[in-house]
Amino acid sequence: MSLYPGLDAPKPPIYKRLWALFFVVFVVLSIGGTYYATKSVDYIWRWYTVPQYFFYLDDVEVLAEAEGIVASIEPAGEESAVVIRGADGEQRYLVPADGLRVDLDQFVYVDDVLGSSQQWKSGLLIYGLWITLKVSLIASVFALIIGVATGMARISNNPALRWLAITYIELVRGSPLLVQMMIWYFVIGALINKSIAGWGLGPVPTIWFGVLSLALFTGAYTAEIVRAGIQSVHLGQMEAARSLGMSYGEAMRKIILPQAIRRILPALAGQFISLIKDSSLLGVISIRELTKITREVVTTSLQPFEFWIVCALLYLILTFGLSLLVQHLERRAI
Amino acid sequence: MIQARNVNKYFYVPQELHALKDASLEVAAGEVVVIIGPSGSGKSTFLRCLNRLEYADSGEILIDGEDLLDPRAEINRLRAETGMVFQSFNLFPHKTVLENLVMAQISVRKRSRKEAEAKSMELLQRVGIGEKFGVYPEQLSGGQQQRVAIARSLAMDPKVMLFDEPTSALDPEMVGEVLDVMKDLAREGMTMVVVTHEMGFAREVADRVVFMDHGVVLEEAAPGPFFSAPSHERTIAFLKQIL
Ligand SMILES: Nc1ncnc2c1ncn2[C@@H]1O[C@H](COP(=O)(O)OP(=O)(O)OP(=O)(O)O)[C@@H](O)[C@H]1O
Ligand SMILES: [Mg+2]
Repeated sequence: MSLYPGLDAPKPPIYKRLWALFFVVFVVLSIGGTYYATKSVDYIWRWYTVPQYFFYLDDVEVLAEAEGIVASIEPAGEESAVVIRGADGEQRYLVPADGLRVDLDQFVYVDDVLGSSQQWKSGLLIYGLWITLKVSLIASVFALIIGVATGMARISNNPALRWLAITYIELVRGSPLLVQMMIWYFVIGALINKSIAGWGLGPVPTIWFGVLSLALFTGAYTAEIVRAGIQSVHLGQMEAARSLGMSYGEAMRKIILPQAIRRILPALAGQFISLIKDSSLLGVISIRELTKITREVVTTSLQPFEFWIVCALLYLILTFGLSLLVQHLERRAI
Repeated sequence: MIQARNVNKYFYVPQELHALKDASLEVAAGEVVVIIGPSGSGKSTFLRCLNRLEYADSGEILIDGEDLLDPRAEINRLRAETGMVFQSFNLFPHKTVLENLVMAQISVRKRSRKEAEAKSMELLQRVGIGEKFGVYPEQLSGGQQQRVAIARSLAMDPKVMLFDEPTSALDPEMVGEVLDVMKDLAREGMTMVVVTHEMGFAREVADRVVFMDHGVVLEEAAPGPFFSAPSHERTIAFLKQIL
């Protein structure tokens, strides 16, 4: 398992067991200690409040839209078809059979409940998780494209391309992501929305400024990784490809980049895990991603401990999933 | 087939160096020319100028009558027509042996995949590794890799083959198998320019031997007179050193 096996004398079996035990004790003590600390400050854990923010049973009611007499009730599969005859004709409603609340010949007024049923709905945390996932996914795709393009421009012979790439990379790496998001939303976003309003177009959805800020931020870091990857591929590969008559672009696409990407996969994975976590800043431009939702939930539920822990675990699931995916790719690539 | 006249090449990094000084070389169709010389004398640089892996700073290079240094030359076709075999093989490690041969045939020579694969299999057979078409280069020995590299160049139907020390990265027991492939090629009439330290090969196969020193083509002669009666004092010193 060691990176340098055989350089030191083999350890006795007890060595491994002892340190494994140490690890377990350490973890148990940390968790137990935290729990004990919360006890001593009189925090009341209410884990049972958490699931409803994932999924909850919602009452769905079918309301009458016009007044009239219930003319007929007939079974229609799992539901019942209720026909109401009023002054201006008949209207038909489908109501869940076991939630029927009206009888034949009963007179109903507008907004009377004809029937009700319960349905599972996804809660706020699921919504936040979905937004985080969506933003991260779209931003990752753009970041990868931007990163590869900029990485190649960075080593291009064309001075304009090269300087553009350097300027972009240095600009983006030189200021905090939070500030860049503000600029995208409050400066560039405002400018864009104002000018396209002049052409009679509605505002660009905020989420796109979020995606852009994340993609451009991660793209700059990706570009440097890609450049290092390209430069790590032996010069002879490009020479061999060109000596066969391939163009620069073809050689880059088919020979250099596949080898480079394979080498930089672990570094890229780190970058895109960062992107998922950086998306938590998007709350400042009022995108309701996981972190912002958690804040909302904490404000209403008054259970900060549970929900911040759940929030962290949800991020962990996303990042760990990505990690596993990249490991799978790495193994397949060898 | 190749006419290189007064080729000059300078390097500016790490320091200014006049690597080729009015180097000239004529190679007729079907001829095998071996270039020898001490390390750093410019053999590789000269060879690389012949398919523009280095762009010569001045002089004239014609490949089958076409001006290689013309910026408007169809460089990709010209390069395909002058096959290059490197000291370090430079096979594409992420592609199978067959794919190494097939790729450029499809994109550069515009062959169908079927044609390209048939041609590749035939060439692999010719260099004696027909059964290894499905493996990745790293699973092959050095000698096998170099033979794949030769087949890869041949797949482009080159008019000339350039070899830059094709056997000097190989274990001694594998040198023979690569030289045998090259001898077969020469016998079949391929025009070849070979940079090598294998004097046996030069004696046996070369029509002409060229000696370079400090970026200058000092001497060229048929192998017989070249080895038995070298005229230049530097040639004598060099031959004494390596024989
Ligand atoms: N890309 C380069 N940049 C700078 N200098 C170079 C470059 N390529 C070669 N040189 C220099 O040019 C000179 C000639 O090099 P070249 O590789 O042609 O020699 P060679 O005869 O092939 O030697 P060897 O037998 O060691 O391969 C050397 O001094 C070398 O350092
Ligand atoms: Mg050399």
